[in-house]
Amino acid sequence: MADLLFEAGLEEIPARMIAAAEAELTERVVELLRRERLLEEEHEVHSYSTPRRLAVQVNGVRRRQRDATRELTGPAWNVAFRNGEPTAAALAFARKAGMTEQQLRKASVEEEHLRGTDLNSELLNRAEMKSKLEEDPNGETRLFKVTSAKGEYLAAMVRDKGRAATEVLPDRLAGELAAVYWPKNMYWRPLKVEFFVRPVRWLVALLDHEILPVEFAGVHAANLTWGHRILHGDAPVAVDHPDDYLGVLEAAKVTADVKLRRYRIRKALDAETRAVPGARWREDQALVETVTHLTEWPSVVLGNFDPEFLQLPEEVLVTVMRDHQKYFAVENAEGRLEPYFLAVLNTHPEETGIETIRHGHERVLRARFNDARFFWRMDQKTPLEDRVQMLKSVTFHKELGTYWDKTQANLKIAETLAGLLKQRGIEVDQSALLKGVELAKTDLTTELVKEFTELQGIVGGLYARAQGLGEKVAQAIYWQYSPAAVEAPIPPTVEGQVLGIADRIQTITAMFSIGLEPTGSKDPFALRRAANAIVKILAETGLPLVRSDLFRAVPADVSEETQKKLAAFFEERFEFWLRDMRGFAYDVVNAVVAVRSDNMRDAIARAEALTAVRGSEDLAAIAAAFKRIKNILRQAQEKGILQPRQDVGALNPTLLADPAEKALHSEAMKLAPVVEDLRRRQEYREALEKIATLRPHVDLFFDKVMVMVDEVALRNNRLALIGEVLGAFSKIADFSELVAA
Amino acid sequence: MLTVSTTPVALKALTFQELLLRLQNFWAERGCVLAQPYDMEVGAGTMSPDTFLRVLGPDPVAIAYMQPSRRPADGRYGENPNRLYKHTQLQVILKPPPEDIQDIYLQSLEAIGIRLREHDIKFEEDNWEWPVGGAWGVGWQVMLDGLEITQFTYFQQCGGMDLDPISGEITYGLERIAAFLQDVDSLYDVVWAVDPKTGKQVTYGDIRLEEELQLSVYNFEAADIGKLWEHLRLYEAECQALLDAFHQQFKVEKSAERKEKIHDRLVHDGAATPADEDMRRALRRFPVLAAYELCLKCSHLFNLLDARGAISVTERVAVMARIRNMVVGVAKAYAQQRQRAGARYDG
Repeated sequence: MADLLFEAGLEEIPARMIAAAEAELTERVVELLRRERLLEEEHEVHSYSTPRRLAVQVNGVRRRQRDATRELTGPAWNVAFRNGEPTAAALAFARKAGMTEQQLRKASVEEEHLRGTDLNSELLNRAEMKSKLEEDPNGETRLFKVTSAKGEYLAAMVRDKGRAATEVLPDRLAGELAAVYWPKNMYWRPLKVEFFVRPVRWLVALLDHEILPVEFAGVHAANLTWGHRILHGDAPVAVDHPDDYLGVLEAAKVTADVKLRRYRIRKALDAETRAVPGARWREDQALVETVTHLTEWPSVVLGNFDPEFLQLPEEVLVTVMRDHQKYFAVENAEGRLEPYFLAVLNTHPEETGIETIRHGHERVLRARFNDARFFWRMDQKTPLEDRVQMLKSVTFHKELGTYWDKTQANLKIAETLAGLLKQRGIEVDQSALLKGVELAKTDLTTELVKEFTELQGIVGGLYARAQGLGEKVAQAIYWQYSPAAVEAPIPPTVEGQVLGIADRIQTITAMFSIGLEPTGSKDPFALRRAANAIVKILAETGLPLVRSDLFRAVPADVSEETQKKLAAFFEERFEFWLRDMRGFAYDVVNAVVAVRSDNMRDAIARAEALTAVRGSEDLAAIAAAFKRIKNILRQAQEKGILQPRQDVGALNPTLLADPAEKALHSEAMKLAPVVEDLRRRQEYREALEKIATLRPHVDLFFDKVMVMVDEVALRNNRLALIGEVLGAFSKIADFSELVAA
Repeated sequence: MLTVSTTPVALKALTFQELLLRLQNFWAERGCVLAQPYDMEVGAGTMSPDTFLRVLGPDPVAIAYMQPSRRPADGRYGENPNRLYKHTQLQVILKPPPEDIQDIYLQSLEAIGIRLREHDIKFEEDNWEWPVGGAWGVGWQVMLDGLEITQFTYFQQCGGMDLDPISGEITYGLERIAAFLQDVDSLYDVVWAVDPKTGKQVTYGDIRLEEELQLSVYNFEAADIGKLWEHLRLYEAECQALLDAFHQQFKVEKSAERKEKIHDRLVHDGAATPADEDMRRALRRFPVLAAYELCLKCSHLFNLLDARGAISVTERVAVMARIRNMVVGVAKAYAQQRQRAGARYDG
């Protein structure tokens, strides 16, 4: 048993790509060892990475492949032998199976072994042969005759002798490294030999103490790796054995274990923050990941900035620190920013170095903050209201015009929606809403947003507040892009919610109308995300808007075909939301939307009720019965007894003959108005529980009564009865969609 | 500024001109030809023909040059301490890039007085793209104590053509580095030069502030939009006429045709026919480089119009596409010229 180490040394890999590549290379190497019969049952896998390396260590690798057998089917028996002599076809097959002609002639073709056996015992014998061969360390390839349903064939049980790992692995390891996926590749050698994320500069490939001669991108593996670029310098360090890897690198100022590096960074952030009484660093997992993948030998330095800058909005300060400088913000117990920041370094500087570095980072941040303040002040010279016209030169989409055009369209939609809401008793400050919509995109013309694009909307809101446009207007603008992700919160004010809906409806409709709807995995304009946001806002606020209201607000010149696509798109988004965001079972979702899903709030309430009662035996029986009813009705249609979509005809109570059908009818008549009343009041759970009480009558009916009798009048009357039952009790959910638990 | 040190570089931070001289020296000592700035308006050192055209084709290149780079929309009337209409790049092109190009680069930082062990240096992903030039590459921004001091790029494509071999490009932002070395908060306070006799300092502001102010006024307020459009139209027409003439005279050979010609040449003891010779001479003297200069004019005029807020949405896309066609057309013509005529006359 041996240990394997494989390290690829590169020029700095983009931080965002490292984690996935490390995992992929590890999986590939382990899978390679398994495929090549080189992995012991008991084994340990470790993976490492830094900006300059990916590494995999596997303890528990065989020095030689396990022997194996495999079966090869050759030519038909009567083709393989003529007059007892092997033909050219047989010889070719023998070669393929790794035998010489002499061996073929000598080999006792084990005819008697299998002749005349039926298929099953033949398989059994073959399995026996295989296991015997596998147990025999000196086993050799054997030829035999196989008799299958298709005829008789020459076959071989091939014995593959294991090869040495040192022989098998080098080429394969290079292949696995080359196959790692990178989001963006480059080439660097003349003739574009290989595409990889960055130039490969060294390789380490060790099986215990032995170097595996792996070659990739013109680099030959050795037992030499490189330490920290600056702190360790230019000389490589030797790795004698895979188990030495981490220690050797640690001595060369590289922490190759990502988990350990992350842990050290967090500890160091904690430790540095202690210098500020009562403060903590603002947790930011994504940033921790980034700096972990940007460093080999991390440490942390605490810097400060002029408290004057705290007058700038926190959003701006945090964006500068986090997105532009990769610094952590420091906050007090109330979560308010302190004039400090933490920078994660890729070095452990000496004392003089720390001061220099701290000073340098403070200087850069000061310049950035100065810029932001400069932009803030510049922007105030042109209030948002003066910027509306400037939107005429900001493209929304080259076929759809400018943001000014979009704003005009948004205004109309918002106005319609506000009108509908007012009719339905929802208080909307229409003038604040329309002001918000009119100004929503104007921050695209500001210097601050040009500099910090991720702050669009937020900057507009902050400016609206600073320019005294009122809190409602400011909030609506501020929150317009929220929720950007499904987990994010929705706008807190009704004006903000309507603005957000109107803006997105306009975008989605406009994009659809020029054929830019999402397809498959392609959604370049993030329309699915936009639709998800609308669904979320409607679902969480309970705004009395149904889906068709949204389309009513859309310009009339949208083609019918586009409208259909839009409707299907929203339907699909809503189902996605019910299933994936709210966690309703897929059959519950199907049952609910099969009835209607226009009103999202209502559909959610029905899904909730159905989820609550679906476990009951009675409802499951009802579901089964309704499925049966649907089948009967469908078959009746298929047989031409009923025309599609044709009414079964009115039920004639006097024709009811069997006591069981009479009972079902009278019970259904009694129950229907009660259920309908509950449904109207949206007391779905109670309604469903009522429906479940129908079970004994339904069961009895199907027990005793035959629907498809020959007598036409009787049959049609029974079809009418079950049709009526189905119709009366399927207004909350289509139970036939439910899948038995 | 440290009071006690044994290394002379740490005694006093470099002036702006010393910084430039040191870097030029450094790269000259490593085999680079020191070129002078291209004497036309460019938005970046990359657009100088010493980069944009030299990276095409197989010939090795090692060249370094300082290049003032004009970006009209970045002007701030000299009021913003960190932003300039015209900034200074030091551009190094190495084709093919040596394997230890990153190490050499780090040594260049030592050469300008940055003691690497006392700083935090990171190579962070930053890919470069110039869509108008059909050019892109991958690389890093080099961060020194949180400050982006260099753009480091492995060119992959230029003029829409794959590069083989590729070039390594190192672009130093000289003002930023000087301000860092001198520890000043405003670029205008950077000491440009010190009189060795009197010790009198000349600052970046002394040399450049008026220009920043006046050119900002021109770019944002005074430039005559109608005339800018007219200039653009004229330069474009001239460039396009040259390209048309080029294509008429030297239609792009299909690779099959070229193979046939090579075959002919080999069969007829390698002698070129007199007609071939004439064609090659004509190709060699065709002013492709002038066409490229006209492209640069157009690009700068476009930037001026943009800063002036004179380009509407629809125009913008269209004009950019037109300039791209010219630039890519010139790059292709240049590659063809070098391939078919260049090699023969290169001595």
